Amino acid sequence: MKFSVVVFPGSNSDYDACYAASSVLGEDAALVWHKDTDLQGADVVILPGGFAHGDYLRTGAIARFSPIMASVKAFADRGGPVLGICNGFQVLLEAGMLPGAMVRNDRIKFVSRLVPVRVEHTDTPFTAACESQQVLHLPIAHGEGNYYASPEVLSELEHHRQVIFRYADPLGVVAPEHNPNGSLNNIAGICNRQRNVVGLMPHPERAAEAQLGSADGRVILASAVQALASLSR
Amino acid sequence: MRARVYVTLKPSVFDPQGRVVADALVTLGYQDVQDVRQGKFFEVELSATDAATAKARVTEMADKLLANPVIESYRVEVLP
Repeated sequence: MKFSVVVFPGSNSDYDACYAASSVLGEDAALVWHKDTDLQGADVVILPGGFAHGDYLRTGAIARFSPIMASVKAFADRGGPVLGICNGFQVLLEAGMLPGAMVRNDRIKFVSRLVPVRVEHTDTPFTAACESQQVLHLPIAHGEGNYYASPEVLSELEHHRQVIFRYADPLGVVAPEHNPNGSLNNIAGICNRQRNVVGLMPHPERAAEAQLGSADGRVILASAVQALASLSR
Repeated sequence: MRARVYVTLKPSVFDPQGRVVADALVTLGYQDVQDVRQGKFFEVELSATDAATAKARVTEMADKLLANPVIESYRVEVLP
């Protein structure tokens, strides 16, 4: 299976994502420059973390106009699994591939630490190998991870079970005191209505091996492998 | 022609930066400050020669790029 990782100018988790897919999972992985339009035969597309275009104007605002994004959108429209990690999530929001927007963390500070995240639903290509309500310890590193959507959009998200990850405590209890950035409903990640496009602020690729402090992120990428394998059977 | 675009967070969106600036002003002794909302300001130079065209073009730009309609609203002003 092939993971294609998009590289924007300012991406900084592109190599980490590539490494996690290739060296940790043993799958094929390629880096794809944002000015290209060819996803190089991707089975899975990852928009990585970082600061695409310096986060100028708004996070992800310029990146969404990169030539590769038309190909990513077409790939997603055909049902292809797309994962946006951190800045990649912000790009998906700006591109309108996921609903809502990000604003500054409520306490202003850039937050960089390992946090417990509860998996809400396992019927997406990036949670298929998880258990429902499983708690993953994943690193977050962002200044704008404060998820916002209008009350109507938020209730639609909840109604259609599109909230896929929530900030929680190690036991999986979701409460305001376990929210690191002010995100509405403790949202750490969501999916689109078709469930093939997933965005999350935590970095699974930075927690794919025990040496990194947590290997919990591995299951998110392994889910894609499992989901696609079961599709082709 | 020159146009100005003022982008602000919608009233329903919490503005953490504005809050910090407000707190700082109060700390400086401006006890009368009740709230601050921070926004963005753009000056766009363009080759259009009439105000109506300029306004239409810049409004389109604001919709597409300068503002994110999910969280922000904007106002366009064309300078005489």
